[in-house]
Parts: sequence; structure tokens; C-alpha cells
Amino acid sequence: MTAIRFSWGIAAVATWLFGLPADLMAQDDVPAAIDSGDTAFILICAAMVLLMTPGLAFFYGGLVRRKNMLSVLMQCYFIIGLITLQWVLVGYSLAFGPGELIKGFIGNFDYVGLKGVGMEAKGTIPHVLFMIFQGMFAVITPALIVGAFAERVRFSAMCVFMVLWATLVYDPVCHWVWGGGFMGADGALDFAGGTVVHINAGVAALAFALFIGPRKGYPDKVSPPHNLPFAVLGTGILWFGWFGFNAGSELAADGIAANAFVVTHVATAAALVTWALLDWIINKKPTVLGAITGAVAGLVAITPASGFVTPMGAIVVGAGSSVICYFFVAKVKGKFGYDDTLDVFGVHGIGGVWGAIATGFLTNEAVNGTAGSFKQTMIQVESVAITAVYSFVMTMILLALVNMVIKVRLTDREELIGLDLSDHREAAYTLLD
Amino acid sequence: MKYIIAVIQPERVDDVLEELTKREIHLATVSNIVGRGRQKGVAEVYRGHVEAGSLLKKAKLEIAVNEDFVDKAIEAIMAGARTGDDGSIGDGKIFILELAECIRIRTGERGKEAIG
Repeated sequence: MTAIRFSWGIAAVATWLFGLPADLMAQDDVPAAIDSGDTAFILICAAMVLLMTPGLAFFYGGLVRRKNMLSVLMQCYFIIGLITLQWVLVGYSLAFGPGELIKGFIGNFDYVGLKGVGMEAKGTIPHVLFMIFQGMFAVITPALIVGAFAERVRFSAMCVFMVLWATLVYDPVCHWVWGGGFMGADGALDFAGGTVVHINAGVAALAFALFIGPRKGYPDKVSPPHNLPFAVLGTGILWFGWFGFNAGSELAADGIAANAFVVTHVATAAALVTWALLDWIINKKPTVLGAITGAVAGLVAITPASGFVTPMGAIVVGAGSSVICYFFVAKVKGKFGYDDTLDVFGVHGIGGVWGAIATGFLTNEAVNGTAGSFKQTMIQVESVAITAVYSFVMTMILLALVNMVIKVRLTDREELIGLDLSDHREAAYTLLD
Repeated sequence: MKYIIAVIQPERVDDVLEELTKREIHLATVSNIVGRGRQKGVAEVYRGHVEAGSLLKKAKLEIAVNEDFVDKAIEAIMAGARTGDDGSIGDGKIFILELAECIRIRTGERGKEAIG
């Protein structure tokens, strides 16, 4: 293990000694020059992270029934539009504003409408580039929740909920960890958003599934995935985009970004193989859905750890994520009876929690200067718990509020007809040529 | 004239068509269908959940024949659609209906001439 991480270690230590990547996620007013390499890299990464949401749309879309395919695609795509607007108008300011409305909790309104967010340097990249890179994260996080309420939500209610959730849940949590808030200050390690993105969305997904109730006929009379090849394609797009997500979170084209790229890939490979093997042993056949679910579980778990662990540590993170998520989804979830349609909590929530905690004891001093310890693990547990409680409670409150104005759940008849027709008056597939 | 409908295992379609060809029955309509019978479902596994399928994939063959070919058609379907030596539950069924008329659209021929 030592030998293999050695070369990465040298690169990381060198970077560390020469002091290139100061913690760029935190607010720092140190004047710095824009670096063309870093800027080029993050421009590409931002585009890659955007592509994850269409990838997610196809991952989810393939797993629902034919009659709900378009509704899931539309929910994900509409969130891209809606949350991008929310982000440039107010979201970015609440997450990364230069001052705080509530100390440690949320930013302020100084950057509303991107006032003052221009081409000047933030770290070594233009401020406006940092803003849009972060905006792609803000977009995919609410889109992840779509998987939990798929096949039964009213589109209009979902839109209102998503804008509220982005503003009152995502933006504050983003501020806590990356915008100069209390969690980053406590020393919690979350390199690319395991807490901000995955635990946050995963727990909100659980709350949403509990609030909206199971689909008609769940669990015995719900048809299986209508197009697994779409889900496989979507996973490939997610995997590709995730390199931008994790390596890009370094905000520089350097050794840590390269390490993040490698550990992201290794963890995902380990998780894919592990889930398929579990399927093979327990249910006699390695399933395709199992393999791709494992890949996603690995991607989720490595996200917080990607700036801190070695490739060997990544195998532990990835394989561990598949084992834990597999048993949760296959064995534990059924006992509770809630219907998280596409296992957002089971994969993003549980995988995210595992990743955050594993980061605490697997973080390697040679990679990014923080050694794994019991103390660090406890800091991780604390950040997970705070995020989970806040996300769960706020999601429930927001749903109750929205539900008073617009019924969040469709009528039984609309649900049986399918959301493509009842929410959008379209059909994904024609029967005749 | 008879109209023969056979619901069979999808993987037996090629064998049945071959048996029909051997007996000089060349015309058949085949469709993918789902249905259920005493066989119940083949369990499928989704994310570790074993789900008993309620409707199974089957193939439907439709063949219109003259009286002389009814027995040959039945023989061919039985020979092609049986799985294993003694057949298995789920191999399917054959339904035979009286056919009132048959018209070839191109020529307007009716009955026996039109059917072959």
C-alpha cells in the first residue's frame, strides 16, 4: 500500500510544500492571478458536471415505467433551468456571499443577480467561473431527489418545492461547508460534496418518500424498469461527469486534482465489481442493474474522500459502499415499507454517510495533509448528523407548506394513467411507426 | 378453413416455424405478447429484490389454414413448441377457431385459393 501511494504522495507533498492550493473553497481575499491552466480545466469540469444531470435523467428514466419516462426526464431537465436561474439570482449569494445574514449559517445578498461577480480572480480562476462551477452542483443536488418521488408527484408542486429547497436547504448547507460557514470551520472534510450534495439530497429523498407515500400497488404490483439500457447509458454519463465533479473540486489543475480523478475511478470500479459479486453470490446471477447501482454507490462514497485518500484507500471506500448500500437496499429497506422509488436514500444517503465517515479514518497525510484519526471521524459523524437532521426536518416542513397550496401527490387516476400523459400530455414511445 | 392461434414460449418460435415449413405451411403472423397461466412468473432480481413477475413474455402465432392442413399445423406446433422430452408447464396452448372468410387483397381471390 505504501509503495503504491508513494508517487501520489510525492506530488501531493510537493504541492503542499510549495503552497499552491490554499483552501480555495473557503472565502479568501488574498489577491491572486488568474491561472490559464486552472481556468481551462475548471471550464471543462463545469461542463462535465452539467452533463451529469442529463445522465441522471436517463439513469432514473430507464428505471421507471414506460408511462412515466418523460416525466422523469422533464423533472431533471426543468430543474437545470429552474435552479440555474435561482442560483444566479439569489442562490450563489446565499451560499457564497461575502458577508453572513446569520453567522456561520448563510451568506448574504451582496451577490444577488451576480452583482460584483465578474472576471476578477477568485483563487486562480475567474470569480464568475467559480460561480458557474458551483452552480452545476446546485443543479444536480435537487435533481437527485427526483428518484425518490418518481411516478407520483405533481409537476407544479415539484417546481415550487425545488426552488424553496434549493434556497432554504441547499444554499445554507453549501455555505456551512464551502462558503465559510461553521462546518468547514469545524474541520469537517468534504472534498467534493458528499455532505452538501449526496447526504443532503439522500435524506431529503427519504423525507419526500415518507411524505408522499408509496406508489399505487407498491411493492408487489409495480412493474420492473422499462429500459435498463438507458440506465446503463446514464450511469456512463454520470461516471464521466463525476471526474469533473471530484477532480474539479480542487479548483486547480494540480496533483490533488489528478489524485481525485484516480481515486474516483478506482473506488467506482471496486464498487461496481463488489455489487455484482454480491448479486452473483446471493441471487445466483450478476445483474446489470446491480453493477450500475454499485458504480453509483462508489461514485457517491468517494466524493467527500476524493481529495484525501490514496487509490488503495479508494478500494476500501468503493467496495465498502457497495456492501453497505446492497444490504440496506435489499434487506433493510423492505422492512420499513416506504417507497423511495429509485433508492436515492439507499444509495446517495447511505453511500454518502459511509463516504463521509470513511473519509475520517482513511484520509492520508501524504495526499492532502490530514491524517485519519478517531477525532476526525467524529467530526465527520457530527457533520453528517447535523446535515441529515436539517435536511430531513426542512424537507418535511417545505412539503407541508407546498401541499397546503398545491397537492404534491397526483390523484390515483392520474398516477395510473402515467405522468407523461397526466402531467405533460405527451408519450415517450409511439406504438405505430 | 380454420384460424389457429398458438401461445408459445418466445424462444420456441424459430423451431415452430421450421416445423411448419417442413409441412409446407409458410404463412404465419408472430407477435410478442405477455400473458399468464398456471406457470406463474420467472422471478427477476432488481437491486437484490427478488420480484415474482406476474405477466410472462410469450409469443403468439396466428395461422390461417385449409382443413387439410389443420392436423399438420397442430403437429408442427406441438413438435416445435415443446421444451424438454415431455414438455414443461408454460409451453403454451393452441386455440382453433372457425374462419368465415379469407380474401387476398391483391387479387380479390377468396377462400381456399386466397389462404395458401
